[in-house]
Amino acid sequence: MKKIFSIFSLFVLLIIDFAAFAQTQRFPRPEFESGYTQPVASMPEPRAGIFALVDVLLLIAALSLITWFIHRKRSRTGVVITSLFSIVYFGFLREGCVCSVGSVQNVVLALFNPGYHIPLSALAFFVIPLVYTLFFGRTFCAGVCPLGAVQDVFLLRPVNLKKWLQKVLGLIPWIYLGLAILYAATGTDFIICRYDPFVGIFRFNATFFMFAIGAAFLLISVFIARPYCRFLCPYGVILNLVSRVSKNHLSITPASCIQCKLCENSCPLDAINKPVEVKQMEGKRSATRRFILLGMIIPALMIIGGWVVSNFHENLAMVNSKVRLANELLHFDSNTMKESLEIEGFRTSGKTKEELYLESAAILKQFYYGSWMLGAFIGLVFGLSLAGLTRYKYREDYEPDKGECVSCARCLKYCPVESN
Amino acid sequence: MKKDRREFINTCFRFAAGASIIGVAGVLANKSVKGDYLWQLDPTKCTQCGRCATSCVVTPSAVKCIHVYDMCGYCDLCGGYFRPNVKNLSTGAENMLCPTGAIKRTYVEDPYFKYEIIDELCIGCGKCVKGCGAFGNGSLQLQVSHDLCVNCNECAIARDCPSDAFKRVPLEEAYQFAGFKTNKKI
Repeated sequence: MKKIFSIFSLFVLLIIDFAAFAQTQRFPRPEFESGYTQPVASMPEPRAGIFALVDVLLLIAALSLITWFIHRKRSRTGVVITSLFSIVYFGFLREGCVCSVGSVQNVVLALFNPGYHIPLSALAFFVIPLVYTLFFGRTFCAGVCPLGAVQDVFLLRPVNLKKWLQKVLGLIPWIYLGLAILYAATGTDFIICRYDPFVGIFRFNATFFMFAIGAAFLLISVFIARPYCRFLCPYGVILNLVSRVSKNHLSITPASCIQCKLCENSCPLDAINKPVEVKQMEGKRSATRRFILLGMIIPALMIIGGWVVSNFHENLAMVNSKVRLANELLHFDSNTMKESLEIEGFRTSGKTKEELYLESAAILKQFYYGSWMLGAFIGLVFGLSLAGLTRYKYREDYEPDKGECVSCARCLKYCPVESN
Repeated sequence: MKKDRREFINTCFRFAAGASIIGVAGVLANKSVKGDYLWQLDPTKCTQCGRCATSCVVTPSAVKCIHVYDMCGYCDLCGGYFRPNVKNLSTGAENMLCPTGAIKRTYVEDPYFKYEIIDELCIGCGKCVKGCGAFGNGSLQLQVSHDLCVNCNECAIARDCPSDAFKRVPLEEAYQFAGFKTNKKI
């Protein structure tokens, strides 16, 4: 009945609009005599908006569940169960979109671009794991993030990397985060989503490139724990920072550490800090000198970094399609070259060359300032990690490194201490 | 004493982190929208370059040709169905413009024919759209089919589109036809 009515109303509308149509159409719609009923144009409906809410609720439920498993039940099995759920739902069913890692870019784009309105679900996926991390450590990484979970279940033969290699590779996520923010803020591209290694696997059908890097990462993660999380994930470094000041981070022992050393090598991520045997304080003089030295090195690194990266701002800007098109047009010679699809599209858009050049000049300028900031940021990160290496830490017990630890709960079963 | 100081600094940082999270969330919650944004292409900007067929992360592409029947002239010589310079107007494969044979031509009454898109076969290459736009009314239009689109955070076709036709649209304007206003509420 409804359908008949909609067809009828369409028909009425058509008669009213017919005069307007006749002007724009080359061939007016015929008046059928054979009683032909016209089908309605197929417009398959999108996923209802309510499902975005379901995603957010499931995220909260999964986070609460895994936090309960880790902190109260101290159970690795529970973490694995939640991981499997996340892989199935956030991975295969939702096909890897919406995810917290990519939501960083939505947040940045919304902050810098007044015309972009961030979907509430993307904002929720950005904020909720941060809040949980602030209270309970990186329980999100442990098994709610489908990207982390899929690597974690593949970890069968863990091999520990050299400490210096971990430190060096650990700098990559910061650079990746900086680049992602630069590209999102200029509205150029979402590189985190573009080079998401596992989305190809979650979707079953993806380009060969996407699938190949996903398979490579899974192969590596059989031996090296969570290669993407530790050495690439840009959201992971934000969680790392927040987790360092978390209120109730996971502790290896349920009561007090008896220093039995059983958990010492249990962490595949090398995130367990050993106790320092002798309490040795640095002399006041050397500490002051170190402080002054770092105080000079860090700004120097920031300036050098900014200068170096800003020299490459034109190369960085070439990712932007408008800049690329302007560049192509500038070097275009209609006599010798064949017109590319981009140039053809530009010609039909009716925009003038001058407008495009002005636009791309504005974008180049954004990239110039952005690359200074990116370089300074990278310099700051290098400087601070240098400072972290020289800092003297005194520790009496075996403790998880609050930043690096993803609360996977593997170490818990090594502890012989009973909770009281 | 020492431990207390460390804990105090930690607490300060925790509150700073908490405050900045709430700050960012508060600022963005003001300009956020309920529900998802969807990707859709603007047929007035589309140049039918053919990249929709190849750039989509879904194979075959989530972009399909949609027939807006209200704009169709039901021509016998359909610019979207037949190749240029066909000898006879028959449904022979050699006459078809569509590389996958996804358009079904049926006789209605003299001299009118109905053209239907078989969604399962359509790859979204836009050849028929170009033909219909050049010789006919432009009733064949490329659109993102939302049951197939996985709604990537950044649409892979939008990145490759040479005419900048892809944009994020709110749920209420999920389909954007050129020259015809849909009265169907989605």
